[in-house]
Amino acid sequence: MTSLQARHRRDKTMIGLMIAALVVAIVPLVFILADVIIKGIGDLNLSFLTQPEPFVQMAPGGGFGAGIRGTIKMVGLGTAIAVPIGVFAAVYLAEYSGRRNTLATAVRFFADVMTGIPSIFVGIFVFTVVVLTTGSFSTYAGGIALGILMIPVIVRTSEEALLLVPAILRESAFALGIRKWRTIISVVLPAALPGITTGVLLAIARAAGETAPLLLTAFGSQLLVGYGSWGGPETSLTLEIFNNSRAFLPVQVARAWTGALVLIIGVLLLSLVARWAVARRWKPDR
Amino acid sequence: MSADLQDAPPRRSADTIFRLAVASCASVVLLLLGGMLVRTTWSAWPAFQHSGIGFLTGTTWNPNTGTFGALPYIYGTLVTSVVALILAVPVAVLIALYLSEIAPPAIGTYLGYVVDLLAAVPSVVYGLWGVFVLVPFLTTYVWQPLSNHLAFIPIFAQFASGRNFLTAGLILALMITPIISAICREVFRTVPNDEREAALAVGATRWEMIRLAVLPPSRSGIVAAIMLGFGRAVGETIAVAYLIGGFPHITAHLLQQGSTIAANIALQFNEAASQPLFKAALIGLGVVLFAITLIINVAARLIIRRGNSR
Repeated sequence: MTSLQARHRRDKTMIGLMIAALVVAIVPLVFILADVIIKGIGDLNLSFLTQPEPFVQMAPGGGFGAGIRGTIKMVGLGTAIAVPIGVFAAVYLAEYSGRRNTLATAVRFFADVMTGIPSIFVGIFVFTVVVLTTGSFSTYAGGIALGILMIPVIVRTSEEALLLVPAILRESAFALGIRKWRTIISVVLPAALPGITTGVLLAIARAAGETAPLLLTAFGSQLLVGYGSWGGPETSLTLEIFNNSRAFLPVQVARAWTGALVLIIGVLLLSLVARWAVARRWKPDR
Repeated sequence: MSADLQDAPPRRSADTIFRLAVASCASVVLLLLGGMLVRTTWSAWPAFQHSGIGFLTGTTWNPNTGTFGALPYIYGTLVTSVVALILAVPVAVLIALYLSEIAPPAIGTYLGYVVDLLAAVPSVVYGLWGVFVLVPFLTTYVWQPLSNHLAFIPIFAQFASGRNFLTAGLILALMITPIISAICREVFRTVPNDEREAALAVGATRWEMIRLAVLPPSRSGIVAAIMLGFGRAVGETIAVAYLIGGFPHITAHLLQQGSTIAANIALQFNEAASQPLFKAALIGLGVVLFAITLIINVAARLIIRRGNSR
């Protein structure tokens, strides 16, 4: 065999390995999605989405309505905290980072670092600061924990979105005599909005899937807590899946699978919408 | 980028206020990070004082006697994460190479989205699936056969449970593959096309082109990707809590139960509710975990910076 043939064989082998690697990664994903759908679809109905778990856990019926509401409340609070702070921090990084701005460099660096902080650690922090001082687990605490987790992600994705706004837009505004702050608010931010929205949606998807920090802050509860009450323990969709899946009764495990199906549908929808928004509406100017 | 025409018109108070406002928002990031470190260390201090250096080196964790040695958890954390890396890195790098160098662009983008979906699956779902589907499958078709036939290798000897270090490491590998792969794709994208074309022009095959033109300049970026994947694996709580058995244990037999720092915090948290020292100890575990991930993440980001500034 000539060395040319040997080289070609090596080439094909390596590419074969690459495709094998792709298969190795995608097959489990397919199995997970298939299993969740197959095992979860049976009990999926409107009452599952709106009713809390039955008081007597082995009774059929009921659902994860309490968890879904909790997730909505806490992710909502987290978003309300993280979006203003994150987007304005990104504005600082993108618009005010001159040559020697050490604050901007430090913030950018540590925001990146913060995306890697374990979520349970954020839960511990919020536990010491909110739960220990107020004396109880609460929806507030859960929302704050999720907000802290979302901030670094929103900062970095928003900064990228802002940097992609063509300089000509800013310069034209300055040339017309518009103040810098006004330019940012009326020209730059709207132009960067699709990219920022994508980042926010992805952060929401991540927050909705978090369990560990909520274990230590919102703790979980059997009750369907009203939209108006935030000071006591509350459960989330993820917490209900977690608790039910580790329970002993088959009916609880079945609920866990259905809950997982709801969660996955929600998270995947958010991720797909986020990516589609980028592909369709936001054409980067590179 | 930032047009420096802000020096031209006279500064009005609105501009200054705005700048101050956004700078404060940016500072929140730093304040949070610092605040988290300080506050949790302060809360954990009683436990550190109580156990001294034994907190890190002790091998017994017994809340009832007040002995808090975290070594088994540190061991479990490191072992599962290393196993995850060994499994995930080759797969992730190969995938990244395929998507960035071989696949036709349109297919590459969509396949990239599919691989990234692995990262979108919440840990609870990984844990749920892991416990009810993966563990039975692995136990019957992989772990027990390995333990029966390859018992001379200590790692596979003395199978004890389907929930073990290796199962946890395997699910972690699934979870970190998309992260490592995504960063590697970014890194490969920065390799100038001239290098690739030069290799192909002298007659290299695609694999040779990759080896000659793409991999060498990407070395530090790949290292950074690996470290970030490692950091993610170290911090993962829920999926591991489901799959590792929750039993602090230092052993070379990885088909036995163990525990990790994060999983233990989650699992023992309820118990600790009424015991201040126990609570402080768990918070202390969190501080140790934070320290480990902080070091890994800072080092990885520094490597990325150095790579970017070239």
